[in-house]
Amino acid sequence: MVVSPNRHTRSRARVRVVAAAAVLGLALAACGGNTGEAPTSEAGDGATATAGATTQTAGSAAGPSSEGAATGGSSGPGSSAPSGEKPLVYGVFATPLEEPWDGAIHAALQAAAADGTIVYKHTDNNDTPDKMTRTLTDVITTEKPAIIIGDSFAAEDQVRAVAAKYPETPFVFGSGGKTVDPNFSIFDNWLQDPAFLAGMLAGGMTKSNTIGVVAAMPIPEVNRIVNAFIAGVKESNDKATVKVTFINSFFDPATAKQAALAQVAAGVDVLFAERAGVIEAAKEKNLPVIGMMVDQKSEAPKNVVTSLVWNMRPTIDHIVHEYTKTGTVKAQDLAEFSFMKNGGSSIAPINTDVPGGVPDTVKSAVEAKQKAIEDGSFTTPVNEEAPAGSTTVGG
Amino acid sequence: MNLPLWAMVTAMLTTATPLVFGALGELVTERAGVLNLGIEGTMYAGAFVGVLVAGSSGSVWIGLLAALVTGVLAGLFVGVFTVTLGVNQHVAGIGTTLLLIASCNFASRLLYGGGSVPQVPKFSQLLPDVPVASQYLLTYLAFLIVAPAMFVLLRSTGFGLRVRAVGDNPEAADAAGISVARTRYAALGLGGMLMAAGGAFITLAMLGTFTLNITNGRGWVCIALVIFARWRVIPAVLGGLLFAAVDALQLQLVITPQFAGIPQQLMSALPYLVVIGALVVAGRSLRYPGAYLKPYRRT
Repeated sequence: MVVSPNRHTRSRARVRVVAAAAVLGLALAACGGNTGEAPTSEAGDGATATAGATTQTAGSAAGPSSEGAATGGSSGPGSSAPSGEKPLVYGVFATPLEEPWDGAIHAALQAAAADGTIVYKHTDNNDTPDKMTRTLTDVITTEKPAIIIGDSFAAEDQVRAVAAKYPETPFVFGSGGKTVDPNFSIFDNWLQDPAFLAGMLAGGMTKSNTIGVVAAMPIPEVNRIVNAFIAGVKESNDKATVKVTFINSFFDPATAKQAALAQVAAGVDVLFAERAGVIEAAKEKNLPVIGMMVDQKSEAPKNVVTSLVWNMRPTIDHIVHEYTKTGTVKAQDLAEFSFMKNGGSSIAPINTDVPGGVPDTVKSAVEAKQKAIEDGSFTTPVNEEAPAGSTTVGG
Repeated sequence: MNLPLWAMVTAMLTTATPLVFGALGELVTERAGVLNLGIEGTMYAGAFVGVLVAGSSGSVWIGLLAALVTGVLAGLFVGVFTVTLGVNQHVAGIGTTLLLIASCNFASRLLYGGGSVPQVPKFSQLLPDVPVASQYLLTYLAFLIVAPAMFVLLRSTGFGLRVRAVGDNPEAADAAGISVARTRYAALGLGGMLMAAGGAFITLAMLGTFTLNITNGRGWVCIALVIFARWRVIPAVLGGLLFAAVDALQLQLVITPQFAGIPQQLMSALPYLVVIGALVVAGRSLRYPGAYLKPYRRT
């Protein structure tokens, strides 16, 4: 049989197209799988494992179903939480949960769910504005959550637009912007209090009078923490210099480690690890280091002096309380609930078993200042300007 | 201004290590005529699988071995599409990168529940107190063993000759009795292994843990380095060192009072700008491998 070369070529071309489509298809499927778009049900039960590639595979039976109450888009207050039922709080995050900022919110919501005050579902990695809009609209129309909480990051405008479209669903978002009546509340990681205390600690511990900070990027919520840290250093040591490196990424621990090592080479002997990777540098160089977001002592028990800890529970407890009492959450700035005096932030117990130790005078000065913050007699200054790469605090 | 020169040289060698592994892996693949854009995903998978297996086995060596095997498999996977099926190499490579990164992130989420990945056994530095020499074993391997071996391999061995032949003129190679497909698969497997070693270096030597975005585009830098090096081993190594040197320099400059006023975004872009600049200078009148991007078919 004679087979014309043309037929060969054509069938090959077909195979190629199919193969290319297969690669793309696989890749896209994998992407979908990773986004965690499939909401998981009650937190902490390992239900994440059910996350598939589709958007709406609600996990276990715990989720209150208000299907059928199709109201053409807007979900009425209380529609998902008739009296006696726990409100469904839906986490909608722009960044992956692995990012410590989102991780802190997620952990607090998981804890609230474990305590039985809420039902919690979430979706993360809604990393483009259009995806964020789609997810929010989907969640509101199909799940009818009592409250939506999350971070918007680059999709702030879109989140606000969806909130305006569904005025009866309370939105509680991490934001540096303003609240919008009737339903858009804001919160943020106001960690200036623990940052100030950690700065005092670092200033009192340094022997070279040089302290290093490695942070993500110069944005207001990072700047105010770094600036409060520098102010704290000044409080305890007016001869110190603080070096600040931004790695311009939320996830690049290899670069963060190299940045920390560069600071150590320039004389730094106490580090503040705003990002992952820095603690590894401290371990390698046997230096004290301050952790971030959660108590990171377990990562390097002989190096981590303390950590800035963000606790979102007071914020969440407040909005859940308001919701169960009034059936909604009015637009408000929840910043204060992250302040130390309200239990929204803290420094982890000071670990004196670190290189160089922690002088008792320094430790008691920090504890005295913490009392002053907690009783309201001292207010940590807030400064959101980008800090310089090198600041001599007394100068 | 007093820059800590020795510390910068030390940092340069460490930062360059994953780039040298990745670039040499890409180089051997491209010399065989296949552009492997799966490099970023392969490095990522090496980084992830290394941590996963080191953690579960308790041995950093087994972790490294698993990473290398993953790299070989990733290279062969690209081969199925680019060599056997002959699909567009850009699509196959980028698809592979997306697939591998997403799969690793997905697995990480399932295994670690969205939290941080626990510390696993990692390589310690050799000679930790000696300037410049305080490096990880893999850094020594990259510069003293792998790079010279790759140089000799491509230049003076039968395998190297076959790789160059199928990359430059697969018809002639085929006529001479060389299996084009087998040679390309071998190059992809070897290249994938080296890429994965670069990724595993980040997690198993530098950090002892894994986070999302662990490679942060280093694979793409390697692609640029290979072109910058015009598919030659020594310039590829030097290119990696150049990038790392500028990175070490900028990390010092940003914390120096005299430079502290310059926006740090600009400073951290510096190594990339230098690579682009080097490409502009070195990349003119490039002579690509003759069969670059071309699937081979007997016709």
